[in-house]
Parts: sequence; structure tokens; C-alpha cells
Amino acid sequence: MQQILSRVNKTSTFATSLISIVLGMLVGAIMMMAAGYDPVLAYRALFASALLQPYDLGESIRTITPLILTGLAVALAFRTGLFNIGVEGQFIVGQLAAVIVGLKLGLPPVLHAVVAVIAGGLAGALWAAVPGLLKATRGVHEVIISIMMNFIALNLSNVMIRKWLTEGSDSTPKIPDSASLRVDFLSQLFGGSRIHLGIFLALAMALFMFYLLWKTKLGYELRAVGHNPLASEYAGMSVKRNIILSMMISGLFAGFAGASELLGTAGYHSIQAAFTGVGFDGIAVALLGANTPLGVILSSVLFGVLTYGGGNMQFEAGVPFEVIRVVFAAIILFVAANISGPLVDLFFRRRRGRHLARNLD
Amino acid sequence: MLETLTNILNTTVLYSTPLILAGLGGLFSERSGVVNIALEGLMTIGAFTAAVVTIVTGNAWMGLLAAVVSGMILALPHAIASITFKADQVVSGVALNFLALGLSVYLVKRFYDGAAQTPVVPDKLEEVAIPGLSQIPVIGPSLFHAFPTTYIAVILVLVSSFILYRTPFGMRLRAVGEHPQAAETAGVSVILMRYMAVIISGALAAIGGAALSISIGSEFNQSTVAGQGFIALAALIFGKWRPYGVLGAAVFFGFAVALSLTGQLYGLTQYLPSEVLNMLPYVLTILALAGFVGRAEAPAAIGKPYEKGSR
Repeated sequence: MQQILSRVNKTSTFATSLISIVLGMLVGAIMMMAAGYDPVLAYRALFASALLQPYDLGESIRTITPLILTGLAVALAFRTGLFNIGVEGQFIVGQLAAVIVGLKLGLPPVLHAVVAVIAGGLAGALWAAVPGLLKATRGVHEVIISIMMNFIALNLSNVMIRKWLTEGSDSTPKIPDSASLRVDFLSQLFGGSRIHLGIFLALAMALFMFYLLWKTKLGYELRAVGHNPLASEYAGMSVKRNIILSMMISGLFAGFAGASELLGTAGYHSIQAAFTGVGFDGIAVALLGANTPLGVILSSVLFGVLTYGGGNMQFEAGVPFEVIRVVFAAIILFVAANISGPLVDLFFRRRRGRHLARNLD
Repeated sequence: MLETLTNILNTTVLYSTPLILAGLGGLFSERSGVVNIALEGLMTIGAFTAAVVTIVTGNAWMGLLAAVVSGMILALPHAIASITFKADQVVSGVALNFLALGLSVYLVKRFYDGAAQTPVVPDKLEEVAIPGLSQIPVIGPSLFHAFPTTYIAVILVLVSSFILYRTPFGMRLRAVGEHPQAAETAGVSVILMRYMAVIISGALAAIGGAALSISIGSEFNQSTVAGQGFIALAALIFGKWRPYGVLGAAVFFGFAVALSLTGQLYGLTQYLPSEVLNMLPYVLTILALAGFVGRAEAPAAIGKPYEKGSR
């Protein structure tokens, strides 16, 4: 009985994601038609330009890389019942820490990059510890604190660039090659694109999250706290400790995302007037991926391809890129409202009922 | 010296106006128990609609009216997802923010040949001087020679306070946010009250957005709102979910911006970078929430979808 229910649950999450993607893209198509564009032409241009050439494939993978990491960050926090909307800010301090190590420390190649990546991850973890700590000790909702921390991160990063890393300039110099995550071999394999080693870091972190959550005692506790904090407390787990730890690991992923973007893609840091949005995209990725590592990877691929291909779509079919943001929004809304619930019920209720009846006999 | 003071006051009023309006919007929604992290998106759609309709009709008041309608319409998906489908209210709000920014920039590009911003609006809600009062030194030119949206904001604070605390509608709304089961037992429709609250919230936040595009500013682009919806949310919390609290917090945040801008003007930022001043509202909100500057108590039923018949 329990098994059957959990299986039904699993199909419904998967179905929810698939149905939401289809409906979301349909919303996009309707918007294109309403504005007088050809959706078929647009979507074809989008996918063709993101996947067919080695260069574009490399650039798509580059776009997917930070999405996996920010998606994992949001997903891990969700598993512990926390909404880390602060991934954006943790991403920014990750970038900042990475560029500081990149510019200020003189280290041999490889080691330099490793230290810079770790610095970025730790900065993200510390930034996320603040909302975690306040949630655990003072019961303040982590969402509000995280939003505030995002703005503080943005201003902190800007003032550091303007006052400390440069003399009043808008962007830092490039980091030395010793700290770069880009390797010639990989770039050449993908037609000279900006693909970098960050993708392996992202995949490794997905594996790490899977191992942590489902194969260790700590991971069991994190999930238990997310599932039922009162029961976990009663069973002797420290809810407070797990909240703080979960936020910090989540922030670690976000910081890694920032560091890998900086050390692999950009190579320098610049003053930002607004958020990059990569952190917020992580929310969409995690939701669509049902907060599992594999799901996050798959949905990152979808969102990454849509994002990178969307830029080309604007170029080739004349459709403004922003329609892709609307598609994202629609997908999140459909997933959040668990749109497949009513639909799945409609199609499978009878069969499910029969299954249950048979099992009860 | 007096001139500086007038300058700071003037900028404070200017920057607090949209925050007051959007903060009041958040107030209605959250007092009814629905988290409204979508203020940013609602302001964005308001700013966009106000600018476009003002350009089309040539009348800024038409723009303002259209903004109100657009905010009410855009608030609907949030209400449907979070009230009817019981989706996570924060997630649904995040989606709405995506939707508003994507939709408005998409349409701007469509309407204006791929341009990233609208043309300058042909008509604005210009500053109005209140006869007599505007002659008072220092406060006259700043408080009584202001944009109409500022007067609207102040009047709406009074009206909101009256509605929330002195009318049956307001008491029902607050009851639904504190103890929905009890309210339902007393014959109040929780679902209906929450829908109305979220829609009012959309209207008010959209006026805040319109203030940015057709009175303080005179065009719409993707950074017109630039996070002010989130600051309004902060003002709502800092103001402890009360109308006058929102007013006070918004004025305080506006003052922080004014200091940073005026400071730049007078070279103060040589010693204290403007970014540090920009951080002030956020740092203070965190301190306030952490209980160091007075405890902020949220409505009891906030964030919880209402299940009919549950206890």
C-alpha cells in the first residue's frame, strides 16, 4: 500500500514537470503568436542554434554550469524545509571572494584556481549562515533575511571593486591564468567556446548532494528536519544545527557557482547595477527538478538551452529574448500549483483506484 | 545649510512615495495571510502599463488608472496559485516577479521596435503646490510642493488605516490572516477575503510602480523598479505590518537614499561610500527582524494555505 502510494507520487512529480514544461512553452508560443511572431520558427531557431554546432554546444554547457550549482543550492535547502532565496547574494560573494584570491594571492597554477574556488564556496556558505543562524536562534523567516542579504552582497561587491580592488574603476583587471578554470583542450574540443572546468565541479556537487542526503546520517537528519521538525526534535536531532548546516551547504553550492562563473566564464568582476538572475533561476531549476540531484541536472539542461538559445532566437527569428523569462515564470507557476494533480487524477484515478482496491484485498 | 535640508527632505519624499504605496499593497495581502513577495513584479507591471498608456493616450491620469487595472489583473495568477491551488506563496510570488519583468520588457521591445526602454512619456503627473503651505520655509517646498502620487500615498495611508481598523471589511481581513478557521466559523469567506486582499495589493503596488515611470521618472525600462518592491517588503516588515509603520519605515528608507544622494552631491561619500549608505535599509531590517530593534510580529496565519474544514 505504502509502496504503491509512493510510486504514484513519483509518477506525478515527473508528470508535473513534463506537463508544466509543455504548458509553459505553450504559454510562450501563445505570447509569440499574440505579438505576431511565428512560434515554430522561433523554437526551431532556439534549439538548433543551441545544440547543433560544437561551439554552441560548448556555450550551452557553459550556461548550464552555474544553473546546476544554484539549482542544487536551492534544492538542498528545500529538502530541509528552507527556502534559500539568497542564492543570488551567495553567488555574488562567491564571485567576489574568487576574484580577490585570483588577484591578490600569487600562487602556482592549479593550486591558485583550487584556492579561489574554495574561497568562493566558503564565502557563499558564510553568507548563507546568517539567515540560517537567525532562523535557528531567533525564528526569523529565512526568506526576508536572504533578500536583504542579496542587496547587501550587491552593494558590498560594488564598493569592494570601486574602492579596494581598483581605483574607482567599474571592473577589475583579468585574473591571471594560474587561477583560471578555462583549459585549452576543452575550449578547442568545443570550437573555441568558453566552456570551462566548472561543469565537472557542478556534476561532482550533484553526486555529493546525492551521497550526502541519501547515504549519510547527516543527510537523513537534514531530510527528517525538512519533513517534520517536531518529530525530528523528539527523536533527538538538533533542528537548529541542521537548519544552519543546510543553509551553509546550500550557500557553499551557490558560492561555487559564483566562483566558477568568475574564474571560468568572465575572468574579471565588474560593478553590477542589478542582480545577474542566475541565483533566481536556480529556484526554477530546483522546482522543476523536484529537488533531486538528477532532476536538477536535467532541468538545468532545459533552462540552460532555453537561455542560451533564446539569445540566438532573438537574433534569428526576431523574437525578444524576454519571452523565455515568461516561459520560466509559467513553468514555475504550473509546478508550484502542482498542475498535474488535477490532470493526473483525471486520467489515472480509475486505474489508481483499482490498484488500491486490489492491494487492499 | 537650509538649502541642503530642503534638498534632503525633498529627496526623502521623492524616494519614499513608491515604497509607501507598494508597502501598503503588501500590507493588505499579508494581513490577510498571503505572503506577497511579488510586490516587485506588481510594481514593474504598473510602471510599464502607466508609461505605455500615457504614451498612447497622452494623459498621465489615464496611465495611472490603467496601471491600477494592470496590477489587479497581474495579482490574479498569484491569488489563483496560492489560494485556490494552495501553492507555496513565496514560490508563486517569485514566479510572478519573473513573469512581470519578462512580459513588460518583451512587450516594450515589441511595441517600440526592439528598444530596451519606452520613449519619454508626453504627459507627467507634475508637482502640485498646495497654496499657502508650500510657502513655509524648508518643509514647504519639499512636503507641500510634491508629486500627486505623494499626496495619494499619504491619503492612502489614512484610508488603509481606517479600512483595516474601523470597518467590518478590515476586521474580517485581519481575522482571516490571524485565525482563518475562527473567521470561517463566524461566517467570513476566507477564500473571498484573501482574493480581494491580493487584488487590492496588486492595485496599490501598481500605483507605486506608476509613480516611478510617470511622475518621478518619465519612461519605463527594465531597471525602472530595480528592487524597490523588495525594499517595500522590507518597509512592511520594518513597519510591523501596520499602515503608519509602513509610512514611517518607507520615509526612513527614503531618508537613507536621500542621505546617500545628497552626500554624493556634497562630497560626503569621499569618507563614506554611497554603497555603504545604500546598505543601511537592509542592515536595519535584519536587525529589526532579529529582535534588536523591537520585535516584528507577523500575522499568525501568514504563508499557510487555507484548507476548509481543517483545524
